[in-house]
Amino acid sequence: METIYRIEVIPRPGEMPPGYLLDDIRALGIEGVERVERRALYFVQGDLTPDQIRLLCDEMLVDPIVEHVVWGPVDTIVDTPEDAVRVEVGLRQGVTDSVAQNILARAHLLGLPGLGAATAESYLLWGNLSDAEVQAIAERLLYNDIIQYYEVGMLTPHIGVEVAENEIRAETVRITGLDDEALIQLSHDRLLALDLAEMRVIREYYVGEGREPTDVELESLAQTWSEHCVHKTFRARVNYREITPEGKTEEEIVSPLRTYLQAATNGIAAPWVRSAFVDNAGIIAFGDYELSFKVETHNHPSALEPFGGANTGVGGVVRDIMGVSARPIANTDVLCFGPLDADPATLPGGVLHPRRLYNGVVHGIEDYGNKMGIPTVNGSIYFDPGYTGNPLVYCGCAGIAPAGAHPREARAGDLVVLIGGRTGRDGLHGATFSSIELTDTTGETSGGAVQIGNPIVEKMALDALLVARDEKLYNAVTDCGAGGLSSAVSEMGEATGAAVALERVPLKYVGLQPWEIWLSEAQERMVLAVPLEHEARMREICDAYSVEMTVLGEFTGDQRLHLTYEGETVADLQMGFLHGGLPRRALEAEWIAPPMDRETLDVSLSGSALAELLLEMLASPNVRSKEDVVRRYDHEVQAGTIIKPLVGTRSHGPGDATVIRPLDTHERWEGFALGSAFNPAYGQIDPYAMAISAIDEAVRNVVCVGADPAQIAILDNFCWGNPAYPDRMGGLVRALKGCYDGALHYATPFISGKDSLNNEYTDSVSGQQVAIPPSLLISSMGIIHDVRQTCTADLKQAGSRLYLLGLTRPELGGSLYAQATALEGYRPPGLAEQGPAIARALHRAITGGLVRACHDCSEGGLVLALGEMALAGELGANLFLGDVPRPEGLAPVDDWLLYAESNGRYLVEVAEDQAEAFEALMEGMACAPVGTVLESPELVVHRALDDEPLFSLPVGALERAWRGHIQESDDLEGAR
Amino acid sequence: MSQPRILILHAPGTNRDREAALACQSAGGDAEIVHMNRLIHGQTRLGDYQMLVIPGGFSYGDDLGAGRLWANDLYHRFREDLDAFVAAGKPVLGICNGFQTLVKAGYLPGPAPEQRVSLTFNRRGHFECRWVRLRAMVSSPCLFTQGLEEDILCPVAHGEGRLAVPDDAALQELWEGGLVALRYVAPVDLAKMDLPSSEIETQPRAPYPYNPNGSVDDIAGLCNAAGNVFGLMPHPEDHISPYQHPRWTRGHRGGLSTALFANGINAATRFI
Repeated sequence: METIYRIEVIPRPGEMPPGYLLDDIRALGIEGVERVERRALYFVQGDLTPDQIRLLCDEMLVDPIVEHVVWGPVDTIVDTPEDAVRVEVGLRQGVTDSVAQNILARAHLLGLPGLGAATAESYLLWGNLSDAEVQAIAERLLYNDIIQYYEVGMLTPHIGVEVAENEIRAETVRITGLDDEALIQLSHDRLLALDLAEMRVIREYYVGEGREPTDVELESLAQTWSEHCVHKTFRARVNYREITPEGKTEEEIVSPLRTYLQAATNGIAAPWVRSAFVDNAGIIAFGDYELSFKVETHNHPSALEPFGGANTGVGGVVRDIMGVSARPIANTDVLCFGPLDADPATLPGGVLHPRRLYNGVVHGIEDYGNKMGIPTVNGSIYFDPGYTGNPLVYCGCAGIAPAGAHPREARAGDLVVLIGGRTGRDGLHGATFSSIELTDTTGETSGGAVQIGNPIVEKMALDALLVARDEKLYNAVTDCGAGGLSSAVSEMGEATGAAVALERVPLKYVGLQPWEIWLSEAQERMVLAVPLEHEARMREICDAYSVEMTVLGEFTGDQRLHLTYEGETVADLQMGFLHGGLPRRALEAEWIAPPMDRETLDVSLSGSALAELLLEMLASPNVRSKEDVVRRYDHEVQAGTIIKPLVGTRSHGPGDATVIRPLDTHERWEGFALGSAFNPAYGQIDPYAMAISAIDEAVRNVVCVGADPAQIAILDNFCWGNPAYPDRMGGLVRALKGCYDGALHYATPFISGKDSLNNEYTDSVSGQQVAIPPSLLISSMGIIHDVRQTCTADLKQAGSRLYLLGLTRPELGGSLYAQATALEGYRPPGLAEQGPAIARALHRAITGGLVRACHDCSEGGLVLALGEMALAGELGANLFLGDVPRPEGLAPVDDWLLYAESNGRYLVEVAEDQAEAFEALMEGMACAPVGTVLESPELVVHRALDDEPLFSLPVGALERAWRGHIQESDDLEGAR
Repeated sequence: MSQPRILILHAPGTNRDREAALACQSAGGDAEIVHMNRLIHGQTRLGDYQMLVIPGGFSYGDDLGAGRLWANDLYHRFREDLDAFVAAGKPVLGICNGFQTLVKAGYLPGPAPEQRVSLTFNRRGHFECRWVRLRAMVSSPCLFTQGLEEDILCPVAHGEGRLAVPDDAALQELWEGGLVALRYVAPVDLAKMDLPSSEIETQPRAPYPYNPNGSVDDIAGLCNAAGNVFGLMPHPEDHISPYQHPRWTRGHRGGLSTALFANGINAATRFI
């Protein structure tokens, strides 16, 4: 047997990054730890001489300036300092180890073929630690059972993949004789996530065929019919009841998707929409180019393995953009977690601590986006106890392609071509898994559902794909996402039929069953329909970019899905049944309106309490600066980020939206803005208001920076509970109604959307099932005709006037003010009637150069918006509440004038000498000067009653509240 | 006058090649992005070009350390060609991952192949993207930074950009040889970050985040003794238009890095 060598790479003194791990350990409540050191471990298997091992170390493994190395046959070397405890973490068998693959490839070039390799990490802990504490550190921080294993002491490496001698063949599964109970059991046992009606239809199909299904067929049907792939809920027949103080109404909705989202887009009929709801991403016109935009969620995988889940969430949505033949040019992300300071003892069983989820998810997004060279430019992070058991990870991507460059029709005779990464067991059942609620044992039963990403492989596939696109070498393309090859090939071949030889699929390791090959959600793979005459050129391009390409079969023309494994048929299904056989679901939905009848405030807070409240809001987890995260994402790559995520005198303040001028069209000045809005606090009162407000705010975000309100497209992403419960489904319908009304109001078509349902968590200890807060993310993409005519939110110059556009109403429901003061019974913000007209007028003012700064008023209302503008511009301002435009006849109360979150409002800085021109543009709108920009750095608020000072705050205090947690002190000297 | 041909090298994981090409083109060069495989298979010859740019990205995923595997490529696959290119005095520019690669292959500070310094994990232990202010060292023979009187403003975007030296002697050699071409600087009055060099006084040492990674002596870029090989961690290719400036909406201008590329291209012209 060949020797396994252990190579331990030790950082030289002073080279360890400071104690982020130490902080995380102390956050677990373990105080005894004094120091932590992380070392890289490599295991290399082979008959090697000492010189050969030294060669590997010198060439690849050790940086001589900052590291040194200890190596020897495994089990023989011990270099643990006496007073330290070692915890070592390795990758489980079958988990992709891309570093080890690189080592082997390089060793081969160095003349050392035939080796085995594995990588691992060694942690040395110093301090006074009990065994239980060491175990807690390992299990809560250092390793994840889904993909890793650990040992206290020296790790026993697993090199290569040991393959069980299993027989590779498709199994026949008995279904035709099964009764209802057995059908449900079958669905459950095989993780099919199909309900009884669906199982019955499948049974009848096979009764008709006179045979039993194979496991490959059953898995294909389950995947194609999964909620994730076919959106059963959004296409269901829904019996909806709405109960309000005015009475009860009832209606039947057939396909909420068609009734609300597609109907809005069709009703708006914007000529610049190129593709809505049919492709992998929505597409809009951009001169002689087209922009695409898609947002996806990757919630359940991120809950189990935060780094890998978020990592492949990014990878997946980027492939959606590649799937419309576009170059990815901007990423977005919106994340929801439980409170970071949650007591570990109160977490439901099987749940990772929010802090761990947060660190892992942020790192996962950073890793994939940065490595693919896509700027991550927009996003937010939202904390609520409702996400503790089920975090949300929304990942978005925008792309660009020449107009008409994306072909959509596979033709009979085209080859089924797979490019990119290899196929393994990773990500099995992802599509069906996302349709199942999380429980504390989900990690054990669905471990395979976690995918492992390799962004470089995807980047290589992208480079090759774009060349193939420009040479028009394919007739259709799609990504292997949820459902893997099954989804990609059967969707592309729906009209033609397809025949695939599964043994041709390149595997990471042997031993996969045919159904595993077909369903694997291994990452970084794209499927193309390539005409025979282009096969050779396609291969040339793939070779030039070192991308693996395999011809799997062909699109046939017989409208059947025919799969073989080494000549044996393992599936033979009618495309018509696969895609059309799914019965429509019938769902009950009920929405009971909570009391929302309070119209104004009876009491108001003192000036000092109102000031204190502003500081508290600025410092609250959902509002305060996310600069520490924003800067971990490369938002400059591709050189087109014209308005950046952070703005202001020191690029330290909040922006409304980012503006991108694509490198692909660098000779022109056109660009686009990306924005987003998310406010589940409104949804907990009324999902309709949440949808209205999210659309309003997403529109205002991009209008603020200069987007043309006549060319804004939006995306909907619903994360919701289990739609089988009428209350969850009722809220969903209510939100969809808001989407319809809001989109028509602003004439902003939906071009793409996605729903992630069943975001519920069952705790096996208490047995309680909990749904997440109703969560609707609206993302916006607005065209900018000239990126030089844009503006940012930071105050620019003392002496300017501040105008407030739009009416402020006592709409306090779900507001930060209501949350802080425990107010109930108020209506959340509703439709802003003048919103679209104001947006158009403001756009004329911005493009006409009349606007120095502009910010929308949303969370925290008028005063929080002004506070953000002031701290970003390091200038003061005064604000006269009596001048705030409000509905006639309503007595003004300072509290809601300051803090109401009414829609449709903007706070605008205008130079004194341009005030007249600005006011002329605003003729007929709710618009009033409410203050001025001050040289002295102080925010001075005057009360409505008599214009006397209500409170004042130094701008420095606002900044400290908003970003005091961002560590900028230079406690670290340059290294030696 | 014909333009010098500039080879923008592309490895698996390279991602700032297009903007590097655009920056070179804007400065008057004829830039072409060439995949490593073309050089390896002899379809393209390095000697046919007058300037080489090794751009930013994550070559081979930065597995085993940033730039390490790409450095192996340079060393094992076309060392002779590259040595000849460097010895001829043709300009070579390594940006970010390209800098890491040149350092690990020994070309910076040189002579290759011995690695004399390193670019390793940022002091903060993670990736960071932010704008920095860079000052050219008058004492350096670096051909790219000659005559740069104005500081350059441009972003950094890296996790492994901290210049580390084995000992004080090595650091002294860098300074005495004029091999330090570019430093991170911080104005005494931070509000003056965007003002021209003549209007600001700088701090003796740039604190975080002005030195974003903890590089020794605030060193942002190194050259070889001949001055024709230059590498830096920040991204000058991302500031060639005034509208890329992070505070252009406040009327702030300046700090463009076009001159840096123009210097390289001018030097390349004599090899046409």
